[in-house]
Amino acid sequence: MSFYEKMMTLDRRWVYLCVGIAVAVPLFVPFTVPVSVTPEVRSVYDFVESLKEGDRLFIAIDYDPTVMAELQPMSLTIMRQCFAKGVKLIISALHQNGPGMAEQLVSLVSKEFDKKSGVDYCYLGYKPYPGLTILAMGQNFRIPFPQDYYGVSLDSMPMMQGVRNYDQVKAIIAMEAGWVADSWIRDANGRYKVPVALGVTGVMAADYFQYLPSKQIFGLMGGLKGAAEYESLAKQKERQATGRMKVQTIAHIMVIIFIVIGNVGFFMSKRKK
Amino acid sequence: MRWQIPLLIVLLCGVVVAVQYFVPLEELEFIYENALDWIIITGVFAMMLGLWSLFRVSISKVQNKAPGWGYNLITLAGLFGMLFLGYRVESLAEGSLFMKLFRYVYIPIQATMFSLLAFYVASAAYRAFRARTVVSTILLATALIIMLRMIPLGFLSNWNQVLANWILTVPNMAAKRAIAMGVGLGMIATALKIVLGIERAYMGRD
Amino acid sequence: MKEKLVFGNKVLLIFFLLLLFLFLGINITFAQEAGEAKASVDSLAQAPAPPTNVVARDAPNDNGHALVVTWTLSPDDGAGKNNVVSYEILRSDNPDTGFVVKGVVALGISQYEDKGAKEKGDKNYLPSHKDFYYRVRARADGIFSESVVSAPAYAYGQWFHFGKSPIFIGSVIFTFFVVLFINMAKKGKELYVRPIAGIDAVDEAIGRATEMGRPILYIVGLGSAADLGTIASLTILNRVAKKVAEYQTPILVPCADPIVMTVAQESVKAGYYDAGRPDAYKEDSVWYITSMQFAYVSAVNGLMLRERTATNIYMGVFYAESLLLAETGNVAGSIQISGTDQVAQIPFFVAATDYTLIGEELYAASAYLGKEPLLLGAIKAQDWGKILIMISLVLGVLAASFHFDFFVKLFQVKM
Repeated sequence: MSFYEKMMTLDRRWVYLCVGIAVAVPLFVPFTVPVSVTPEVRSVYDFVESLKEGDRLFIAIDYDPTVMAELQPMSLTIMRQCFAKGVKLIISALHQNGPGMAEQLVSLVSKEFDKKSGVDYCYLGYKPYPGLTILAMGQNFRIPFPQDYYGVSLDSMPMMQGVRNYDQVKAIIAMEAGWVADSWIRDANGRYKVPVALGVTGVMAADYFQYLPSKQIFGLMGGLKGAAEYESLAKQKERQATGRMKVQTIAHIMVIIFIVIGNVGFFMSKRKK
Repeated sequence: MRWQIPLLIVLLCGVVVAVQYFVPLEELEFIYENALDWIIITGVFAMMLGLWSLFRVSISKVQNKAPGWGYNLITLAGLFGMLFLGYRVESLAEGSLFMKLFRYVYIPIQATMFSLLAFYVASAAYRAFRARTVVSTILLATALIIMLRMIPLGFLSNWNQVLANWILTVPNMAAKRAIAMGVGLGMIATALKIVLGIERAYMGRD
Repeated sequence: MKEKLVFGNKVLLIFFLLLLFLFLGINITFAQEAGEAKASVDSLAQAPAPPTNVVARDAPNDNGHALVVTWTLSPDDGAGKNNVVSYEILRSDNPDTGFVVKGVVALGISQYEDKGAKEKGDKNYLPSHKDFYYRVRARADGIFSESVVSAPAYAYGQWFHFGKSPIFIGSVIFTFFVVLFINMAKKGKELYVRPIAGIDAVDEAIGRATEMGRPILYIVGLGSAADLGTIASLTILNRVAKKVAEYQTPILVPCADPIVMTVAQESVKAGYYDAGRPDAYKEDSVWYITSMQFAYVSAVNGLMLRERTATNIYMGVFYAESLLLAETGNVAGSIQISGTDQVAQIPFFVAATDYTLIGEELYAASAYLGKEPLLLGAIKAQDWGKILIMISLVLGVLAASFHFDFFVKLFQVKM
């Protein structure tokens, strides 16, 4: 087998080894990667900045621990921004593996700002069949969630007085790792006309770009880069996504190198024939 | 008669939900909201069927010492262990064994499986992105431009960003919308076939 | 004498003028003729002119618990004194008393939808078929003026949501196409559908598995039984099970949803019955693993590598696990056919599997495999539906370019 044919048919284990090194080494080498902010992320930030004390925002933490690395930084940053402004949050966790992780996140941020459940935020928790839950919340939050995650009746909460459904919230910012994003767009925005912004994994971002020009969503944060962009706008102390961007950058470069190697091997072996 | 009753139920449910979408009367809304509740209740009961299936298959493999029966034993241990630890409301409290297993065993395992994607994407890209034909060359070039969006390239970044944004907002959006329209029509056709009883494979046979 | 009179006249005149000014001042401040608006006396600042023409009517296309209030903006909104900051909308079921603020809108807005609750116990309950009256208050800093009371209006539910008319008409047209082509198929008309490589490869893949003596792995995806992608996959499974029964090849169908598992069992059993081999069906060949995404993938990957499946068929709803499954199948040396309606996962399947059904080809696959005329008729209807959409797109682009808004408005949906 010629050298170029070997280039074309590398054992996949070499690829895994190189990617492994590319991902591990940047964790120990301190450097930062510049992040340029895109308009779709800026519009989410500007919207949250425009909220006033006492306004209500719905945050959907609809992901599980597998995508925490991409979506948790955006959730953290937005929640901190809201609590700092005195915005009241209604939070759901419509992924079956997510409620515990979301509760951890909510407790962490609420303790930082000394916020109380029922007064400053309401954590609804999880209900199966997220599409149906989203539809039901458009009628009344109390249909799928008569009580919050901790078993407290929504009617007894000061911040939920007079809050019936999406009409009483300024917008929904949904952190999604799956098809539930379509439900938010189709049902919450399409049917109930509440403004929706999405925070999605990098893979999903290309799919949801199409909803921006049609104004079905007013903002989109895509993957780790979207989270890093938001962090650069929010200028908070903790910036998880910004720190992880260097790992992603090196991994991308490694994948591109392998694609180039494969194609060089392909063309050169074709030429030799 | 045995097949006609389920078909009638399917037809009624399909028609009622379709009509409810166009007729905003309160009475139909009431039916719809109750139907949503019943779907959730049915799903919970169906979970018991699934658990029974998993239990039966795993037990049978362990008893017969089928190849890989050790994995089935671990499955049963995990299933009953978490069921036993998690059945009380107090199990959700911080520091409980259930939450520790969730946080320090389950979450890392899930994250590890997800992280395998990084390696698999690299090997799949290396194998699949070859400029064999004109179409595959265009695919390769597009993929490279989009990937380079994530990498700081100095003065080239601006040009790349403009190109990448154009690809995402014009041809990508057009293609995705076209596929979405096709999928939408396919969904309507499939739903019609099921509601009208033309497609009955899901009902089985005697 | 004259001096006394002059002095007396002057005092009288002054006294008279004072009385006059006092009288006029009182009238200006407290004038309440029938039909005149109120103004607050909170401060010495000037109240804005009140809004006029307050009209309340039923909110269209709803369930009968909302009213829409419109008014003409106060002349001091963006003109005149230019001191209006907001409008408050007040409602009562009595034209004289009991008005309560129901909503606030910013300046420049002349419409408000008063959406009430439909539950009787709710604080914001707005019953249908009951008269309500509205006033609109124009508010400046700390001072306001109110409009006259509107005529009574009551809310009622509509029998049809006219805002969704384009969707209804589109659905009717498409249903007509489906029924038309199915009837044509029933009458024996030959319906041509283009060949799809992935579907043609299923036979070949099953044959390969039979020759190698290794099982076929069929993954129905991670969707629920309510997902149309899953339903399409289950109908394909029925066809595959029939072929598998004919070839006597083992089939493995691990499921990630308990309801899907029960339906898949029926589907596979029906396939074996159709092939005339009901005795060959093994119930344990279709089983439930777990609903957890990556736990399911781990189990299936292990199964692939242990059983060394000859053919892997992935049809249905997939998420991030698509590449994990496909790459592991590659390692195991299986021939792989995939199909999903999840647009985000299509690139992964295209890169990692041998054949891919893209989007609606998944829905068409069951008709292809069975070659049943009724099902092929539905595919033709989809094709004609797409032609209609393409024509509408071209006409719409031309209409929008030449500002024929009427055509564009025909397709607007108001939810």
